[in-house]
Amino acid sequence: MSAAGSPPMIEVSDLWKAFGSLQVLKGISLEVCKGSAVALIGPSGSGKSTLLRCINLLEMPERGRVRVGDQIIDCARGKLPPDKELASFRARTGMVFQLFNLFPHMTALQNVSAGPLFVKKLPAGEAKELAMALLAKVDLADKAHAYPSHLSGGQRQRVAIARALAMNPEVLLFDEVTSALDPELVGEVLDVIRSLVEEGMTMVLVTHEMAFAHEVAKTVAFISDGAIVEIGTPRDVLEQPQNPRTQAFLARFHSFARTFAGTT
Amino acid sequence: MTAVTYNWDFSFLWMYRWLLLKGLGFTIVYTVGSIVFGLVVGLLVGLLRLSKSWLVNFPLVAYIEAFRCTPLLVQIIWFYYAFPVLVGVDIPAHAAGMLVLSLYTGAFYAEIFRGGVISIERGQWDAARAIGMRHIQVLRRVILPQAVKRMIPPFINQSIIQLKNTSLVSTIAVADLLYQGQLITSATYRPLETYTTVAIIYFAILFPLTVGAQVVERRLQKSD
Repeated sequence: MSAAGSPPMIEVSDLWKAFGSLQVLKGISLEVCKGSAVALIGPSGSGKSTLLRCINLLEMPERGRVRVGDQIIDCARGKLPPDKELASFRARTGMVFQLFNLFPHMTALQNVSAGPLFVKKLPAGEAKELAMALLAKVDLADKAHAYPSHLSGGQRQRVAIARALAMNPEVLLFDEVTSALDPELVGEVLDVIRSLVEEGMTMVLVTHEMAFAHEVAKTVAFISDGAIVEIGTPRDVLEQPQNPRTQAFLARFHSFARTFAGTT
Repeated sequence: MTAVTYNWDFSFLWMYRWLLLKGLGFTIVYTVGSIVFGLVVGLLVGLLRLSKSWLVNFPLVAYIEAFRCTPLLVQIIWFYYAFPVLVGVDIPAHAAGMLVLSLYTGAFYAEIFRGGVISIERGQWDAARAIGMRHIQVLRRVILPQAVKRMIPPFINQSIIQLKNTSLVSTIAVADLLYQGQLITSATYRPLETYTTVAIIYFAILFPLTVGAQVVERRLQKSD
């Protein structure tokens, strides 16, 4: 999938992960080229969120290799690399969560500036300036001093995106970021992600928004039972799936099917 | 049935006011001292208990449960009378008293700390780690500021109980408030007035504290 000449930005090879006796990932390999978006779709419990969490090592795979940019982590038997190495690895990737996970004791501004301030050790003034700029980017400059409990779900998620961007990551990981939102708030979050795609941000999205995946992703991977069953362009995977499991899964998204009927 | 006609007379206690005050002083010193030492012990043990290592956890759990599952009175007597035999060193009563009170309340504090930290949602750890914070930074910047808020009410409760607990050191002749009451009683043969006064002094100190604790608790709830 990588463009000729340049190596992919993310390279996951032969990743295995189990929780107790439950094997969640069964030898997954995936490449994401710089500036492209990959959407991971699949039934719940298929392992797509776990795969995402393995890419920034929030979960430690017991076997396999993860490379982001020029930093490689080789996993053997789930043994954790030193805390410092893990932290620096994670700082290269930004992650946005389904339940926002904003820090409730910090304002929107403090949430966004926490990374630059405490991890990158930027001077307070610079960190604040950066955070303000990012809040403006997600259209929340006027909410800079609000605590998360005073923000709507959509606003919280946009703050969370700004917080991830504040570390100037090479890659963004989105973990079902609209699943916990009221339907009328989904659009504002997707708009922000869309603009990031247009800016050429490399990203991996776990999503149930098939129409959105179709629109922004360069590659769609259907994951089922801990393995990538089908991978290709959105057109191939979402409109003309070859694998019966992909077909069965997508059949449930009738509205999607209607939306794209006739576009082939 | 004869009516109880007891002639209450508190006036003699005025003579013993300095003794009672001295006793109260001891009670407060033991309370504050054991809270401070207990806090140090509790913080260390509570945070170490977060370790996943069985080797670290086993002795700490043993300590906590030993102190939580035996009566404080038994612990005080054991440390004063039995422990010196075991180690061959005499421990003065005031040291034994302070030691046991601190270890006892430290065990409870440890559980309060641990409980506060593990009550914070996993997503907070995830989010803090995802922006590259190291373990200690996650604790300091994200987890503890939230956890401390949840720890404050049980911490205040435990500390209030601790003031009452100090009365048990009177059994090993530490000159606290209750012990002075016993001395006065044996000199005056007026236990009713003496122990009533002692009880009132404890109440007069603790009641405002419990009211204060409720105010703090309500404020913390509001700020959520």
